[in-house]
Amino acid sequence: MSPQRHRLAAGGRIDRSRPLNFTFNGRRFEGYAGDTLASALIANGVTPVARSFKYHRPRGIVGAGAEEPNAIVQLETGARTQPNQRATRVELYDGLTAASVNCWPSVNFDLGAVNNLLKRLLPAGFYYKTFMWPPGFWMRYEYFIRRAAGLGKAPAAPDPDRYDKMHCHADVLVVGGGPSGLAAALAAGRTGARVILADGQNEFGGALLDGGAEIDGGPALDWVAAAVAELEAMAEVRLLPRATVAGYYDHNYLTIVERVTDHLGAAAPANLPRQRLWKVRAGQVVLATGSVERPLVFADNDRPGIMLASAAATYVNRYAAKPGSRAVVFTNNDSAYRVALDLAEAGIEVAAVVDPRPEPEGPLPARTRARGIEVLGGQAVVAAHGGGRVAAVEVMGLDQAGGGVIGESRRVRCDLVCVSGGWNPTVHLFSQSGGRLRYDDALAGFVPDRSAQAERSVGAAAGTFALADCLARGFEAGLEAAAEAGFRRKGRSRRAPKAPAQEEAPLRPFWVVPSTVARGRGTKHFIDLQNDVTVADVALAVREGYRSAEHLKRYTTMGMGTDQGKIGNVTGLAVLSELVDADIPSVGTTTFRPPYTPVGFGLLAGREVGALADPVRKTAIHRWHEDRGAAFEDVGQWKRPWYFPRAGESMHDAVNRECLAVRNSVGVMDASTLGKIDIQGPDALRLLNWVYTNAWDNLKIGRCRYGLMLGEDGMVMDDGVTTRLAEHHYLMTTTTGGAAGVLAWLEMWLQTEWLDLKVHLTSVTEHWATVAVAGPRARELLSALTSDIDLSAKAFPFMSMRAGTVAGVPARVFRISFTGELSFEINVPASYGMAVWNAVMMAGEKYGVTPFGTEAMHILRAEKGYIIVGDETDGTTTPGDVGMDWIVSKKKPDFIGKRSLSRPDTAREGRKQLVGLLTQDPKEVLPEGGQIVAEPEKKPPMKMIGHVTSSYWSASLGRSIALALVYGGHKRHGETVHVPLIGKTVSAVVSEPRFYDPEGVRLRG
Amino acid sequence: MAEAYLRLSALAHLGLEARAVADPGEAGVVLSERPGRGQIDLRGEAEDAGFLGAVEQAIGLALPLEAGTTASGGAATALWLGPNEWLVVTPPDGQGAAAEALRAALKDLWAAVTDVSDSRAVIGLSGRHARDVLMKGCSLDLHPRVFGPGRSAQSAVARALVLLHQTDEAPSYDLYVHRSFAEYLWLWLEDAAAEYGLAVVSGG
Amino acid sequence: MLLIPCPWCGPRDETEFSCGGEGHIPRPADPAALTDPEWADYLFMRKNPKGVHTERWVHSQGCRRWFNVARHTVSHEILAVYKMGEPPPETGADSKQNRT
Ligand SMILES: [Zn+2]
Repeated sequence: MSPQRHRLAAGGRIDRSRPLNFTFNGRRFEGYAGDTLASALIANGVTPVARSFKYHRPRGIVGAGAEEPNAIVQLETGARTQPNQRATRVELYDGLTAASVNCWPSVNFDLGAVNNLLKRLLPAGFYYKTFMWPPGFWMRYEYFIRRAAGLGKAPAAPDPDRYDKMHCHADVLVVGGGPSGLAAALAAGRTGARVILADGQNEFGGALLDGGAEIDGGPALDWVAAAVAELEAMAEVRLLPRATVAGYYDHNYLTIVERVTDHLGAAAPANLPRQRLWKVRAGQVVLATGSVERPLVFADNDRPGIMLASAAATYVNRYAAKPGSRAVVFTNNDSAYRVALDLAEAGIEVAAVVDPRPEPEGPLPARTRARGIEVLGGQAVVAAHGGGRVAAVEVMGLDQAGGGVIGESRRVRCDLVCVSGGWNPTVHLFSQSGGRLRYDDALAGFVPDRSAQAERSVGAAAGTFALADCLARGFEAGLEAAAEAGFRRKGRSRRAPKAPAQEEAPLRPFWVVPSTVARGRGTKHFIDLQNDVTVADVALAVREGYRSAEHLKRYTTMGMGTDQGKIGNVTGLAVLSELVDADIPSVGTTTFRPPYTPVGFGLLAGREVGALADPVRKTAIHRWHEDRGAAFEDVGQWKRPWYFPRAGESMHDAVNRECLAVRNSVGVMDASTLGKIDIQGPDALRLLNWVYTNAWDNLKIGRCRYGLMLGEDGMVMDDGVTTRLAEHHYLMTTTTGGAAGVLAWLEMWLQTEWLDLKVHLTSVTEHWATVAVAGPRARELLSALTSDIDLSAKAFPFMSMRAGTVAGVPARVFRISFTGELSFEINVPASYGMAVWNAVMMAGEKYGVTPFGTEAMHILRAEKGYIIVGDETDGTTTPGDVGMDWIVSKKKPDFIGKRSLSRPDTAREGRKQLVGLLTQDPKEVLPEGGQIVAEPEKKPPMKMIGHVTSSYWSASLGRSIALALVYGGHKRHGETVHVPLIGKTVSAVVSEPRFYDPEGVRLRG
Repeated sequence: MAEAYLRLSALAHLGLEARAVADPGEAGVVLSERPGRGQIDLRGEAEDAGFLGAVEQAIGLALPLEAGTTASGGAATALWLGPNEWLVVTPPDGQGAAAEALRAALKDLWAAVTDVSDSRAVIGLSGRHARDVLMKGCSLDLHPRVFGPGRSAQSAVARALVLLHQTDEAPSYDLYVHRSFAEYLWLWLEDAAAEYGLAVVSGG
Repeated sequence: MLLIPCPWCGPRDETEFSCGGEGHIPRPADPAALTDPEWADYLFMRKNPKGVHTERWVHSQGCRRWFNVARHTVSHEILAVYKMGEPPPETGADSKQNRT
């Protein structure tokens, strides 16, 4: 293992007593607790750390935070691997393993670098122009492009980690724990308001963590420590470090990604989630999200060793890691002079500060000169030299306008270039919230203008950079936000924290350094480092007519990497504005969308994976079915027994056996999932007449009637049997899938249209377990279980209901049938469901009672030609289409859907109509969904005249049966139609859709 | 009334009684199934003093009229479900008599009394992290300033609809969930509670 | 995620509600008297304003009550909620106004 050659002997916020081992690209290194992967790599002098996306050029670390475009790594291996992690935000832990993405086969020898030599072939729009043609070929190219492009790899195994979600409510949510955010949280917290303070870093302090600043007459970090301690002591304040606010949605709803144990690696406690997604509804939001420094663009400005000035300061001050040994600082503003001084203080030689401003004056340039550092005013770095790492820069004078270079070029040797083109306020969340941005000329950047939600931006995020102002404004915003949330400052007023004033000269807006050679010839000026977008690409896009910011983005892919262009976007807009000869505000900015930084799918799934992915609804009798080895079918969220195979039986065998048992003896089915709605009130009858197609006036107490429900468009919506329990009391049943929808449908009409109807609806689906006993011996079986219900055909006719006792349990027994056989449906309170089921099984033993599942039920009803809503109907099917005109009242003046039945299209001849199909080969079972043609052709296209809706082997009939919807089907009985399949065409005769006991003798028996 | 031994609670098959401990000790979350309660869905006009009076006469309970509140009286507790709907919860096997009394008292009014005792299972959730567990799946604001003892609400916990009733300051909650969702909700609660340590107690 | 104030239960997350589309479209008293185009207009035609939209929502995961909402379709600002049968209140903005 190599020593930490670039580690400073003292200083920083790392813990030298806690060394940590880690592996990067297969090599082992050592870092310290408190390091990020990026700072540890710098301390070890590792460079380059990545290859670029398109040209595969060597790249080094550019930033120190969320903005990092280059140091993108694949973290860990196997099931826990995560792609696209920014090394600058990965906290080091013992045993960490990471590898560069975009490097194939290795970071130092890269086949893909040939792209760099072929760069003339890879201009902007290359992917659009090349791979989108010929149509359909994208799929073939994609594999190779992705392979060469890297982008990291998704894990191939299930994620072993636990992820959590938490809903949370706050009076004030403060985003960002730098000086502005801490001041805001303190002010709001002291009012007693519920405050959440979230910050993406492992500790609060933001830019103050770089050290040096003073607050309230002492070191700023002492103030940070005191502020955090005070906040921690407040009962209503929740501090969330390692928590990135990822999205800002409507009505002050924000999501926060908390990395709970990511930083612990294998040492993470097993009971804790890896990450937690906070879903926060905030009364007020304070955005103290800081700012991101932007680069200056010059020839080959992507060489490793060229980094943001603030990042260099962070590595030196916070991590005691030396990003180089001889630096050139290139800046258009005063802030990087402080960096030059910090570097010098840390023992890094500063060769020069290059400043495009003609005469840099003021305290910071003066202190820099006093330190013996050369300041080159009115000049610019025009090019970088060096291959795997920058070795020197070319410096030239600038003309008055900054549009051209003058004089001789001077070569300055260096291995570190610290660039600062000014600062972009981090307005991503503000923009996501719907707020409008304004271009600030003095800052040469976008700042929040008008809020769209209960939000205020403060500090650098609002374009306020002086520490004193940040503290004052942050504190004030915290008080305002709390007050608007209903919390006033209590007791003695505490003053805002104070910091000494700083004097800084204005920046000179400056984006791309003019070049001695035409841009794009031999050298590259990079704007978007992650997606390899250059100034020449933007120029090409403009030449080809992509002149709006949104078009430019899509055509060049600028800002579309995982970093979302946090560093380069504004520079890109500046270049665009220059090329189209418009000012920056008028070319606009692109829309910022969530998430602010990438969010893993595991977190979004949370605990909704595996058994908890979706509720599994089980009936009161479910356990019996499980014990009996039932195969289950999903019906919505319900698990219903599909069939009950015996040892050695195929599904076909089992289903045939179940069907024959019902036809010949007796079967029993768990029908508990059918929807049940209790309807009470003097207007219950009027409601039924409204929502069903048939008339209900003469239904007697204790009698049942089948009803068909239509949508207002006249299409079949649901069906079921409704029973009159008492004068003003009915029980409606619905399909399993329609239960919730029908109740909602009835409630909608009652609450929005028929407010005068006196009816109450109560769902009783879950209260009752339903045991359906069906078959010629059903009466015999049931008679053993009840003594107080006369089961005789005369006393208890078809379509009636009796209340009594079954197996010692109070029950409602309905004599209704979906199988075509004599059938009783026993309803008992659900807690008795299992007991009654068991009693039925015992009483039925001597008849060979056979539990049957949904498959047998479907076959038995198809033999009878009973429709299933959703199989024989599809939302475009009228009662007439399925041959049920008989149930549509001609006398009722109105009901839901009636008017639509006379619309020309619903009333016309030749619609798709329900028919039976009998295949010429009775052994042939048609596939459901099979397309029906009148005249089979040799190959498609053929004119389709219908489709198969249900198709089964009927054991009772010893042949196949099918139901189908066929154009004009009611007039086609006897015709032969064809179903073309792969390799064969099946012929069938159109028939009545009733195959078994068409007179219904058996069910009335 | 049918024999009680014939009844099975919604979560009987999970063997919770066998897992139950007498003392939850350090567990941050304590779960139980609380089976057998009588539950009646009561509908009527809240603006009708005659209705309110008749209910009070029948079961000794002044119905709560404010959304999200509950009221107890006689042997029953009523939870607000809607502006004209309440869930009347009785001790085990008390629903028959209560429903009968209500029906008799309300027979001349526009009201509905429906026995739904087996519609919903009841899961007891308590312990110092009970609120945290709920926050993982429920978007309601459960802060004590907003939602305290005696409050109730219908909302979703994870993917199940739940009628939530906070019963004391601890906090303890009763979660009324439709019977077919009870196993799902229980498993979800166990998973969500794992972070804090979980104990199962008898809720009978 | 909108925060919708149920007139009974108070503010709840959008996921607890279902939207029933445009409000204040009464069912014709005598559908049989309508021409086909008139019936189609009731059945299918809805406004899609950029601005204030009055629509029906139901608190489906809460109290199961229907109510009306006046919502701005661009900002999603909820300007009013009111019970069924009540007329839309003055929201200070008609649907023609673009308040982006
Ligand atoms: Zn509500």
